[in-house]
Amino acid sequence: MAQAQASKFKNPVVNWIDSRLPIFTMLDHEYNHYPMPRNVNYLWAFGAIAGIMLVIMIATGLFLAMQYSSHTSLAFDSVERIMRDVNYGWLMRYVHANGASMFFIAVYIHMFRGLYYGSYKAPREILWILGVIIFLVMMGTAFMGYVLPWGQMSFWGATVITNLFSAFPIVGDPIVTLLWGGFSVDNPTLNRFFALHFLLPFVLLGLVILHTAALHVCGSNNPLGIDAKGPQDTVPFNPYVTIKDGFAVVIFLIIYAIFVFFMPNYMGHPDNYIPANPLVTPAHIVPEWYFLPFYAMLRAIPDKLGGVLAMFGSIALLAFLPWLDRSKVRSCKFRPVYRQFFWILAIDALVLGYAGAMPAEGAWLIIARIGTFYYFFHFLVLLPVLGKLERPRPLPTSIAESVLKGGGGIAAGAHAKPMEKA
Amino acid sequence: MAQTTHPPGTGGHAASGGEGSSRRDFLYLATGAVGVVGVASVAWPFIDSLNPAADTLALASIDVDLAPVAEGQAITVTWRGKPVFVRHRTAEEIESAKKVNLGDLRDPVADDARVKKPEWLIVIGICTHLGCVPLGQKVTDPRGDYGGWFCPCHGSHYDTAGRIRKGPAPANLVLPTYAFTGDTKIRLG
Amino acid sequence: MRALKTAILSAALALGIAGAAQAAEGVHIPKQDWPHSGIFGTIDKASAQRGFQIYKEVCSACHSMRLVPIRTLAGIGYNEEELKAIAASYEVQAGPNDQGEMFMRPGLASDRFPSPFPNDQAARVANNGALPPDLSLMAKARVGGEDYVYAFLTGFEEAPADVHLMPGMNYNKVFPGHQVGMPNILQPDGVTFADGTKATVEQQAHDVATFLTFAAEPHLDARKQMGVKVVLFLIVLAGLMYAVKRKLWSTLH
Repeated sequence: MAQAQASKFKNPVVNWIDSRLPIFTMLDHEYNHYPMPRNVNYLWAFGAIAGIMLVIMIATGLFLAMQYSSHTSLAFDSVERIMRDVNYGWLMRYVHANGASMFFIAVYIHMFRGLYYGSYKAPREILWILGVIIFLVMMGTAFMGYVLPWGQMSFWGATVITNLFSAFPIVGDPIVTLLWGGFSVDNPTLNRFFALHFLLPFVLLGLVILHTAALHVCGSNNPLGIDAKGPQDTVPFNPYVTIKDGFAVVIFLIIYAIFVFFMPNYMGHPDNYIPANPLVTPAHIVPEWYFLPFYAMLRAIPDKLGGVLAMFGSIALLAFLPWLDRSKVRSCKFRPVYRQFFWILAIDALVLGYAGAMPAEGAWLIIARIGTFYYFFHFLVLLPVLGKLERPRPLPTSIAESVLKGGGGIAAGAHAKPMEKA
Repeated sequence: MAQTTHPPGTGGHAASGGEGSSRRDFLYLATGAVGVVGVASVAWPFIDSLNPAADTLALASIDVDLAPVAEGQAITVTWRGKPVFVRHRTAEEIESAKKVNLGDLRDPVADDARVKKPEWLIVIGICTHLGCVPLGQKVTDPRGDYGGWFCPCHGSHYDTAGRIRKGPAPANLVLPTYAFTGDTKIRLG
Repeated sequence: MRALKTAILSAALALGIAGAAQAAEGVHIPKQDWPHSGIFGTIDKASAQRGFQIYKEVCSACHSMRLVPIRTLAGIGYNEEELKAIAASYEVQAGPNDQGEMFMRPGLASDRFPSPFPNDQAARVANNGALPPDLSLMAKARVGGEDYVYAFLTGFEEAPADVHLMPGMNYNKVFPGHQVGMPNILQPDGVTFADGTKATVEQQAHDVATFLTFAAEPHLDARKQMGVKVVLFLIVLAGLMYAVKRKLWSTLH
């Protein structure tokens, strides 16, 4: 069929392109008319916020990379040159450094939103697993980025984290040597970390596109956790959700700007303003805050391999969530028992984070152990068991009814039917 | 960014009519305008970061002591990453530069206009053709048909005032901005 | 809206963790109210100039400041002539010359502050085995920042009876481990300030801390000024967007 496809766009240029490569039809379909459940709350904006953060990180990162030198003898000084001499270099670097933290804040809220409203359940399993992979790649990217300024925390963080792999029997030490490209963290390590830190954000971008594609197949979840049944349940993405997400993005940017301009080093560590010294380890090695809960799990297990497995396992576990949770009801709104445990998990994550920042001894070690135990207990025992035992509250019949009548649809008993137990 | 909105009311303006709709349109316009201003001002720091940094600018002017350069000798100094030719001209070289008929030149400039002190000729040592560095600084170098410099890349000949005399180059060797800060001291830049 | 509150709360808690990470170490450093603290705070230039004088006359005998170009001092109010004079008062190694030898020349404003010792080993030999740290980033490289610098400089005292000082060490109440190679260097009237300020130890420590804050963060003033504008702009934009959002969604029912 050697004939151009028909296109509905009036602009002749757009029409010409679109009838040959239907990108405008696709964008129109996915971002203009994409039906969004009309009852989504502001927590649904954190996906868009995370997306904006990725763009900000890639943009500032690109311009920083133009000024940075990835050699151990130059890295620290080149970062200081960016801070002192490059026009607006200080702005770029503070936006990038604090941006990592803000990116993680956005992603963590996004993840907990998914947990609370059961966004990982069928048919959104692949969407969720892609999210877990994005999270893993993000952690790798952030870790390698933190090494680049080549301060004390950069160096010792790199040493400690790469040494994690030495816990594996037989293959461990060769893997670590391979990662380092030498017999300690040194120039080859810094160079390859820079190369990977530049590459991975584009991998992330690709994963985010897949994540969005998977989302658009089955549509967004919503606070009620029931499927949208027709146009009365949804609004077109543009302008309704565009403006709502846009507003949330700007509020988020205000908090971000307060960090960048008024407390830019708050989330960093002073030791990273001391050039890397392979002969002196700082008194307290603390990873960036967003790794602290996992760091606490690593230290909570008294066995080296066990700690490493617990840390990696805690993330790998998330990928199996769609099958660990046996309940057919998505939203915690209708799961009175599980909802309590959700909040315990949220507090557990914060406590683990705090314990990860404290010296691994005495009470903090015990707290970290209890926290680690609960984390695994929650996902491996509570979730499967609760799905069988819990009797969920009745679900509303439709989103529109719930929105228009108010009160979350619970009062509308005549229309609501109790969810069958799985 | 998500600032651009497509209000449903823009098309059916007259239909919905009334004051409320125009006030709404104004709100949309104002928001869009503020958003555009924001995005535009974000672009500047990115662009400006590519301009020369403070350490580069600090080296934009340098001092050179000419006292050690004997008559007939030349030195090359690096200024803003480019070679600057400083030649202590002999009386004959000055004479030959002065007596040239300006009408014969491709880029006619009098010798007086190319020097601040006749014995010191100071030019940027980059051929105006395609950016090579001409030969002629060392006594062993070929100096071309006119006793100045000769560019080996494409055969441009410059005279003892750094003016183009023969070959593909379109213009004379460029003069740097400089000033004498003493009898034999100059500041470039 | 409740969900939004939850989100903000969780973010705040997450940030609390970041704070905890810093609180976890070191002795208590009293917080001070600096002229450069707060949203509108700017570097006290007179104080920073006095601090530079102390650095030049006292600290720089042992401590380098290798990342700071002399021209940076323009940010605390020195004009071009003064900068040239300051730079010329230093000898800087240059070369090699035509004989292939390194030589000393008067400093230029574009030079960085020359270091007192050619390398770390020489610094250790001259300082009883201790390495005086570089001061370029000192105000950012210690927990407590400039408060730590002040507390450290004013923190020298007689060692308590139960502390056994190692030979050549001095007691400082805020230094980690309390034993430090650096002696109590600031003396009352140890320097004479051109502006007539009385050179008490506290005044000197305050001025040095201000100067080191500036040296570590030369764009501090510009950063805060830009921050005020950016945040105000974003608040206006947020207000407008919220109004548009309300208008749009109100047409839905």
